[in-house]
Amino acid sequence: MPSSERGSEGLPVGGALRVMGSETEYGIHAPATPGANATYLSSQVIAAYAKLTRERLHASPGAGWDYTDETPLRDARGWSVRRNQAHPDLLTDLEPVLTAEGVALAHGPSELELDGDQEPALMNLVLGNGARLYVDHAHPEYSSPEVTNPLDAVLWDSAGDAVVLTAVRALSSDSERGPINLYKNNTDGKGASYGSHENYLVPRAVPFTDLVRGLTPFFVTRQLVCGAGRVGIGQDGRTPGYQVSQRADFFEAEVGLETTMRRPIINTRDEPHALADKYRRLHVIVGDANCSHVANYLKFGTTALVLSLIEAGAAPEIEVHEPVGAMHRLSHDTDLRETVRLLDGRRLTGLEVQWMYLEAAAKLAADAGVAAEHGGDGHTAMVLRLWERALTDLDADLDAAAGYVEWAAKRRVLEGYRARDGLDWNDARLGLIDIQWSDVRPERGLASRLIAKGSLERLVEDRDIARAAIDPPSDTRAWFRGKSIQRFPANVASASWDSVVFSPPGSYRLQRVPTREPLRGTRALTEPLFEGHKDIQGFLDALLGERHT
Amino acid sequence: MAGQEQKSSQSRDENEDVDPGTPAPAPAAPQASEATEGVDDLLDEIDGVLESNAEEFVRGFVQKGGQ
Repeated sequence: MPSSERGSEGLPVGGALRVMGSETEYGIHAPATPGANATYLSSQVIAAYAKLTRERLHASPGAGWDYTDETPLRDARGWSVRRNQAHPDLLTDLEPVLTAEGVALAHGPSELELDGDQEPALMNLVLGNGARLYVDHAHPEYSSPEVTNPLDAVLWDSAGDAVVLTAVRALSSDSERGPINLYKNNTDGKGASYGSHENYLVPRAVPFTDLVRGLTPFFVTRQLVCGAGRVGIGQDGRTPGYQVSQRADFFEAEVGLETTMRRPIINTRDEPHALADKYRRLHVIVGDANCSHVANYLKFGTTALVLSLIEAGAAPEIEVHEPVGAMHRLSHDTDLRETVRLLDGRRLTGLEVQWMYLEAAAKLAADAGVAAEHGGDGHTAMVLRLWERALTDLDADLDAAAGYVEWAAKRRVLEGYRARDGLDWNDARLGLIDIQWSDVRPERGLASRLIAKGSLERLVEDRDIARAAIDPPSDTRAWFRGKSIQRFPANVASASWDSVVFSPPGSYRLQRVPTREPLRGTRALTEPLFEGHKDIQGFLDALLGERHT
Repeated sequence: MAGQEQKSSQSRDENEDVDPGTPAPAPAAPQASEATEGVDDLLDEIDGVLESNAEEFVRGFVQKGGQ
């Protein structure tokens, strides 16, 4: 048994383990107040969750949510502390400068006050599970904490649905405005799209051109496995019909920086939120938001495998002719017969391209020893198995695929209605089913109903999702971030992906702890610190004082 | 919500133990065939929770673009 090689991240290479995370922008709808400002509505979702969190923490002894010393607003942006003020374990050799994207937890007491007529906009929140909940453009967005494997990616992404559901419940009784409902989808069917993004940590040494070459054919075809299905063809959905992907029609470029217009298949945003000379953060914007656990799992798992292929120089050597058009065509053909033309002249179906990637990934994983029964990495084997099952079923048994492939599951319901009630594709009831599919309320959301009924496969249990909405993953820096917020809510001035800023009691000086190594700050590394120091002063003394020893 | 607990196709521990050096064909989702037979059943259930005015709801679901 070859012992698995470890990469610069410290995780076994060649398989599906990798630092990753998700971002979900939820569709937002207040049916009783049509025309309400979506940014304002989104801020109400954030504020409602902040209020609930504050109440919950108040309820636990010794864990107050006290902002009284926080005025005026402490915006972390542009502010920095001397590098010798942080724990050596967490300190990096980069100058600690807060990014412009500082994630403020505390906006001062007035901004958390929900009573009265003046409800100010609360735009940003860092949660005790290490996630970020905020307003992005005109949608509430949940960015999951960093995890190391696709199953945890599904768990902490689903935790976001649980988090926003809590806010939806709290807001449902507002008699004036009426309820605010949220949808885990990507389009309103009228021309607007909003994203669900994935992030993967990739060694900086991997040339970006290799990523573009290796990922493009994969992303063009990945939708067949991971697509969430959509009623209507074209960005505005004007052409009646059904397609594989929510997002495909909104992509208009091959490579680029934009995320809101002329969206590219490969996004070049280079914001590592980590040691910039060591890592890049691959920002993937091409995916659909998934309600199906298996589809979501395969979205993260297969992409992680393909990144391992690229790093190993083992990705299939194919190039798709006109990938943007190819992606649209594949999405529009739910019979899966559509082909893409390769630059070498071959024509392959989307599934054939996926098979090429699967076979290469299985070989690499076998060579690396990460998919082995004993001594494997504990995750890669399952990704390969479920990926193969999906391709096999999509090839030969769409009914079986409808048990977990999201677009196939949605199509089964839609076709059922069409057959029973004789509906055309432009019938409003089918459009309604498409939207309501992703309602985050489990009693309303059709995908949730199917999961509860057992006709859409479940991968993670509700009790585990509920726990992930509260607690951070243990094996990344999200643990330090989340535990700091849980334990010392009154003394965390702000936090971001790569820092936690403490405000010691009785002091105006902030103490910034950089967390630029995503695999430091784990439970194994920092739990003794939390266990050994129950009060903030002792904790900070131990955290910051060790540098003096 | 209790109903959501009833179906546990795979637990996390089981998942971590599965082998597949070379991926073996996985069993079809156990629910698939039942679900096919039960499409009518499914539609009946969905009928019960669909928003009442489809036309109005779909027209009113207007989003601003995002990322």
